[in-house]
Amino acid sequence: MSQPFRTEKGGRIDRGDQLTFMFDGEQMQGHKGDTLASALLANGVHLVGRSFKYHRPRGIVTAGSEEPNALVGIYRKGDQTPNLRATQVELYQGLEAISQNRFPSLSFDVGAVNDLLSPLFPAGFYYKTFMWPKSFWDRVYEPIIRAAAGLGRPPKNPDHDSYGNIYEHCDVLIAGSGPAGLAAALAAAETGAKVILCDEQAQFGGSLLSEANATIDGKAAGDWVSGTIAKLSAMDNVTLLNRTTAFGYFAHNYIALAERVTEHMSDPDPKLPRERLWQVRAKEVVIASGAIERPMVFPENDRPGILLADAGRTYLNRYGVKVGHKVVVATACDSAWQAAFDLNDHGVEVAAICDMRETPPESLVSIAKARGIRVEAGCVVTGTLGRKRIKAALIGRLMTSGQVASGGQIDCDALLMSGGWTPTVSLYSQSRGKVVWDQDKGAYVPGVSVQKERSVGGAKGLYGLQATLEDGYAAGEQAAKAATGKSAAVTRAVASGGEAGSGGTLGAIPHDRNPARVKAFVDYQNDVTAKDVKLAVREGMQSIEHIKRYTTTGMATDQGRLSNMNALQIASGALERPVTQVGLTTFRLPYTPTSFGLFAGVSRGDFFDPVRKTPSHEWAVENGGVFEDVGQWKRTWYFPKSGEDMHAAVARECKMVRETVGLFDASTLGKIEVVGPDAAEFLERMYTNPWKKLAPGRCRYGLLLNDAGFIVDDGVMGRLAEDRFHITTTTGGAPNVFATMEDYLQTEWPDLDVWITSTTEQYAVAAVQGPKAREVIAPFIEGIDLSAEKLPHMSVRECTFAGVPCRLFRISFTGELGFEINVPKRHGKMMWETLAKEIEKHNGVPYGTETMHVLRAEKGFIIVGQDTDGTVTPHDAGMSWAIGKKKHDFVGKRGLERPDLVAEGRKQLVGLLTKDPKVKLEEGAQITSRGAPKTGTPAEGHVTSSYYSPALDRNIALAIVKNGQALEGKTLYVPMPDGSIEVEVTSPVFYDKEGARLNV
Amino acid sequence: MLLVYCPYCQVERPETEFSCRGQAHIARPADPDTVSDEDWVEYLYLRDNTKGVYAERWRHIHGCGRFFNAVRHTVSDDFLAFYKAGEPMPDLDTLAKEAGK
Repeated sequence: MSQPFRTEKGGRIDRGDQLTFMFDGEQMQGHKGDTLASALLANGVHLVGRSFKYHRPRGIVTAGSEEPNALVGIYRKGDQTPNLRATQVELYQGLEAISQNRFPSLSFDVGAVNDLLSPLFPAGFYYKTFMWPKSFWDRVYEPIIRAAAGLGRPPKNPDHDSYGNIYEHCDVLIAGSGPAGLAAALAAAETGAKVILCDEQAQFGGSLLSEANATIDGKAAGDWVSGTIAKLSAMDNVTLLNRTTAFGYFAHNYIALAERVTEHMSDPDPKLPRERLWQVRAKEVVIASGAIERPMVFPENDRPGILLADAGRTYLNRYGVKVGHKVVVATACDSAWQAAFDLNDHGVEVAAICDMRETPPESLVSIAKARGIRVEAGCVVTGTLGRKRIKAALIGRLMTSGQVASGGQIDCDALLMSGGWTPTVSLYSQSRGKVVWDQDKGAYVPGVSVQKERSVGGAKGLYGLQATLEDGYAAGEQAAKAATGKSAAVTRAVASGGEAGSGGTLGAIPHDRNPARVKAFVDYQNDVTAKDVKLAVREGMQSIEHIKRYTTTGMATDQGRLSNMNALQIASGALERPVTQVGLTTFRLPYTPTSFGLFAGVSRGDFFDPVRKTPSHEWAVENGGVFEDVGQWKRTWYFPKSGEDMHAAVARECKMVRETVGLFDASTLGKIEVVGPDAAEFLERMYTNPWKKLAPGRCRYGLLLNDAGFIVDDGVMGRLAEDRFHITTTTGGAPNVFATMEDYLQTEWPDLDVWITSTTEQYAVAAVQGPKAREVIAPFIEGIDLSAEKLPHMSVRECTFAGVPCRLFRISFTGELGFEINVPKRHGKMMWETLAKEIEKHNGVPYGTETMHVLRAEKGFIIVGQDTDGTVTPHDAGMSWAIGKKKHDFVGKRGLERPDLVAEGRKQLVGLLTKDPKVKLEEGAQITSRGAPKTGTPAEGHVTSSYYSPALDRNIALAIVKNGQALEGKTLYVPMPDGSIEVEVTSPVFYDKEGARLNV
Repeated sequence: MLLVYCPYCQVERPETEFSCRGQAHIARPADPDTVSDEDWVEYLYLRDNTKGVYAERWRHIHGCGRFFNAVRHTVSDDFLAFYKAGEPMPDLDTLAKEAGK
């Protein structure tokens, strides 16, 4: 028999199904139904990891998701997932696990020297030790600390698994399937309510799976669970979700569940996701999360072989595994006695039961005596011997003086401990409920419900099988009634056995050892000792929130479910304040560690963000276009010819646009159709410019401010008819402009008779710009006269392009003769390919966004958001001309009159020319009035746009500079790491100042 | 994620269909020219930061697109009322009392 600690019989494992697995390269056997932890214990392996700070040998402590020590890495599909709790990892054939935080091996770990040096590592030692010199912070200290500390290593490859997502609604969600949860599910389901029952474990049943003695309706507890699950799964209104953790409780009864779908399978269907996120909106919630046992804080309570008593019982009764051959039970409450008796039933020698209480219940003592078990009352464990496995427990007697007298030692190979029970109030706390202190129970329990939820059974500190069942039935009925208004009679099961015990202790256990030399751990995972908590108080931490952060107690993956109450009690003693005045940290989601992949779901790679493509996209790809991302849009940046770099391509494109003609895809511009009798009045109020006198067929540049007076968007508005405008916005501003317009229209001026519609996606837009633009489009335009007299600059016409309906704008963002052709989007590709062919005849070029930027900068046309930053007014931008002087009101008019906006010294848009025309400024660079300003000198402004201008054959820049408009001709400086750059302030219009090229 | 009721569509929908647009019942002054600098700044920037019942603007941006108002308790996130734009603000104290907040 290769599993020396497996029981002869019993347990819920499949003894006929033997599985082989690897732990740190060693092959072992287990059974179907085992967890990795139970299989390791069956093989006698307790040592499974090294601790976080001191690298002390650590063993399995619990049998649940709160496990602090047994964190392992699991290999799957050629990579490793770190920090999984061995107590939750289900065994499958070929499972490969490694221990963590040890070098070179688990058995011999050089980091263990930290344990001997532990006087150097008190609480807060990082803050105290690694202060000087500052230059060591990120180069020396951090890499060393990061290498030495921490647990597992992250996977090396991108996540190769997929993750699912389901939205669900239900009447009653029940989290937890112990006796209370199952009873609640039965009662709620019977009413016909839609019920979801979830449990983080592989099997439903919770504590009933570990129950060997109690019966329900005369059946063994486990059989009652099987029958109940069979009954529930036959009901159409019930959804059963095992391996599913309710990890987050949000507002309005919105609960997030993480379902582990394939991780327990050795060869899962590749079509299945690894995990599935359930987003459940529940009308009512029943929290049946139970309670967990508290460790006892005695010296050397972290040796491998020391487990919680209930975990020992679970390994025995559920998994058929004995935690040792000779076991000491240390307790302060009744429930651990049952663990001793169960072990004894399986032939395990119980060396002693050491109960802190002077007089444990006589009923228990007499059973122990009858079994021949040594009972030590008024007795505590004061230390343990052994290194990688406990060899003996030191015991001490509590004396009436409060002192402890040595009581010798008891040899053992395992020790089970129980400091009592702590209700799991995490979900309640997440639901924003405030826990209240229950003095009788010595525990925090749920207080008033803030949301539509109720805690039942152990989760509210109610114990005893019969009472828990009753509570569950009542809660299930109540929840269903509240959700659906219906009730039903459900036959309630009756339990026998599993009575509630009493007793419990909080905080450090008294001992007779030298307190300076021993470590009694409060938080195993973070290596926090009782001494550390006391030290934190001595060093001035008053609130539990500060103590937590200073010592890191309660910051483990279980969020302090094991450690919080002991830490609180120790802090309360040190502070000489009652526990209730020390406070309690808030439990936050996720309840247990949850993978990033679950949250990301399908939002990865191509599905991370939508991609918007323009009609010329395919053509641009085929013709070597280089793309840039503009928000969600893919836009062509430039079109390099073979051998050209970006600089050369852009220079050529710019030159050709000014000499012949260029073709540009402007489809991304936002477009809004403004229609109705009050359309002109509406634009009059929204934009700075006057609109009412704009004749149909004409266009005007429009500037949009917010009511504070700052520029937020711009565009060109074409008036198609008295009651119809086609307006454009910036590419990035389109949704916001539309929302702002809707806001004013619906809430400020509901009296206006106007409809606005976003038409951005309805039109494909080609800009044809350059001296030959008219000749290029002429062959395709029908129905209008394109001559300069009939179609002057800033005009709009409806006509046809190659036979399809078209809105033709004569406008220019380049300073050249230009047209923007709008056709229905489905004709966009045809339009682009037609024009691309046509421009070749005129020696023209397609051009991208970079050339568009250079050409507009040569003309001093601003890009909102690049040359403005949300604090720039039209006056600052040199665009006072765009403000309708006679207008009574428009959005931003009153804002522009605010004292700060009319004051002297505002930053204004200017042009900058470097004294050396070859020097190009960096966008974002700061501008100063002196060449070598002292450190701390405020900047006069900054460079907003900077390009090489082919038309001028020199570098140009736009900037916003304090009082800039008055500084024309003056010299300023742009200090850079290798010296200041001298610049001359100029007009922002560098090319064709008179605009002669436009009017041809 | 909150559940929001659109009084135009008359349906309850998850928060992701909506956008919250801040405090409700802040009207743009009808004649801005007559408003003092201080009052204009108040209109632009200053908002209540209530701990308790609060009337705020919502827009069913991925639904009907309409703006409406809601009364929300800023601590519990419970909604106490939803009403259309233009309708008067309900008495917040009465709502709070009815809800036992």
